[in-house]
Amino acid sequence: MLKYILKRILAGLLTMLVLVTVTFCLMHAIPGGPFSPTEERNVPKSVLDAIEKRYGLQDPLPAQYLHYMESLARGDLGISFKQMDVSVNELVARGFPVSARVGLVSVIVSLIIGIPFGIIAAIKRGKWMDWVSMSLATIGIAIPSFVLAVLLLYLFSVTLKWLPTYGLGTWKHYILPVAGLALSPIAYITRLMRSSMLEVMRQDYIRTARAKGVSEFMVVMKHALRNAVIPVVTYLGPLIAALLTGSFVIERLFSIPGIGREYVASIGDRDYSVILGMTIFFGGFVVIMNIVVDILYAVIDPRVKMED
Amino acid sequence: MPDQMLRAELFEPLTEAEKQNEVLSRKSVSYWSDAWRRFRRDPLAMIGLVVIAVIAIFAVFGPLFSPYTYDGQNIQNQNQGPSGAHWFGTDKFGRDIFVRVLFGARISLTIGVVAAAVNFVIGILYGGISGYFGGMVDMVMMRIVDMLIGVPSLLYIILIMMFLGNSVKSILIALCLTYWIGTARMVRSQVLTLKYQEYALAAKAIGASDLRILTWHLLPNSMGPIIVTVTFLIPSAIFSEAFLSFLGIGIQVPMASWGTLANDAIPTIFSYPYQMLFPALAISVTMFALNFIGDGLRDALDPRLRK
Repeated sequence: MLKYILKRILAGLLTMLVLVTVTFCLMHAIPGGPFSPTEERNVPKSVLDAIEKRYGLQDPLPAQYLHYMESLARGDLGISFKQMDVSVNELVARGFPVSARVGLVSVIVSLIIGIPFGIIAAIKRGKWMDWVSMSLATIGIAIPSFVLAVLLLYLFSVTLKWLPTYGLGTWKHYILPVAGLALSPIAYITRLMRSSMLEVMRQDYIRTARAKGVSEFMVVMKHALRNAVIPVVTYLGPLIAALLTGSFVIERLFSIPGIGREYVASIGDRDYSVILGMTIFFGGFVVIMNIVVDILYAVIDPRVKMED
Repeated sequence: MPDQMLRAELFEPLTEAEKQNEVLSRKSVSYWSDAWRRFRRDPLAMIGLVVIAVIAIFAVFGPLFSPYTYDGQNIQNQNQGPSGAHWFGTDKFGRDIFVRVLFGARISLTIGVVAAAVNFVIGILYGGISGYFGGMVDMVMMRIVDMLIGVPSLLYIILIMMFLGNSVKSILIALCLTYWIGTARMVRSQVLTLKYQEYALAAKAIGASDLRILTWHLLPNSMGPIIVTVTFLIPSAIFSEAFLSFLGIGIQVPMASWGTLANDAIPTIFSYPYQMLFPALAISVTMFALNFIGDGLRDALDPRLRK
């Protein structure tokens, strides 16, 4: 078990090394430094030199790279070159709790809706309930989240005026962003749960359970569900990644002060140091969550060989 | 002695009628014509195919027959609702939204098809080599894949877009640099399962080269699942482009893609919702159609589902 975990952590560190290196190289290959004079901002050469020296931008690139790696190892994600006195750590500290709250609600909602829908579709295979679940799942996979969010926003906030359009004040504020984020995960979980349930229901031990007179409800809930839900656990990793990238659009659309909106804003401002730091934070977050999910998976499914 | 037991006079020639019985009267059905027969019977997949064909024809020829261009501004006609003159209305510069949606279709379909085609080639090369040669080669190639797959590809795509600037070409390059991973893994697993089959062994035994076994025996037999995977790349490439453009890091103005059109319509969604409706509809219909085609192909090409 320990060996498995160490191996996963090592692989995660390598992934991060690649991401950091690619990000660093690309961001430094973009022509023009963060303080290069523009039309609006004409900085004298001597001042520019002083600023660039202050931030170590005149060092050779390998030295800057090592310096950056060193500060990353200390947990320092860098500072913004566009906003005064703002560090990436502050942006993350401010935005992450907000995004994490919306994200967690979305994870719970997708599991609570997706799993039962999948089960029902599998048990009532070929009946109208299966048809309804599968149609909804197709809609969820085909319609992009931002299109859906915009349509919901128009319908419920603009036309019907039932729900607020921006911010995160009350529970009502969560409904539309969570719907926008959770729709496609719900669709995937429903499909996944349906096919794995159908697979499990064909197994011999289910026939045994039925033969000894267990009620159909208990067969499904007690015997089938435990094995059928395992593939959904493996989907948790991609789910977290999907919610993260989904938040770029949803947070912007609903003016939610989370890290997704911060990231998109830094892209718009071409604030390269923030893009660099945020990208590394996102990457690290997804890598860590994937390791957690993998360990969880190995714990709940004894068939997984921990040696690999 | 066997040759004494099987004497020639024990045998007599078949009559002409009996010979005819042995001939297969029907042509043998090839894998692809069989798949096409099943695909044709799937109504949703056929509807999807027709919808995509219609969109493609409109995208290619529509703008030629329209009096408007995608960047032609007309200040007198700002923010007009849908009418006979402007089917989808006009935007804040008086540009015809119908023509702009058609141009968006050109961009989306081009990106989808080109990205899928390029990744088809890269995926087959990478996955085929990795799976067939195995051992150290496979180990190194798959560790590289593991390192790239650990992070959402959208992060890499955004970084590459920042580096290359906003254009259709940059989006294509970014998608091609990141999307091949899934295809490569799929091809690898297919090749891995097929390379120990008897026919591959037989080919090896009679001295076929590695290249020949891979290209003549293994890849054609795994083509069905590979094509299904690549088909699903088309909607995800289109989605990525729309997503990026919606965030303002996709196509450059005055060019219009469905994502930028939707993005442009956000500030005025309260007063002019139709400006959002048409690009949103265009994306959704296309995504539905492509997903139906993909599902249909998967059912048609997967022999395990054959009844």
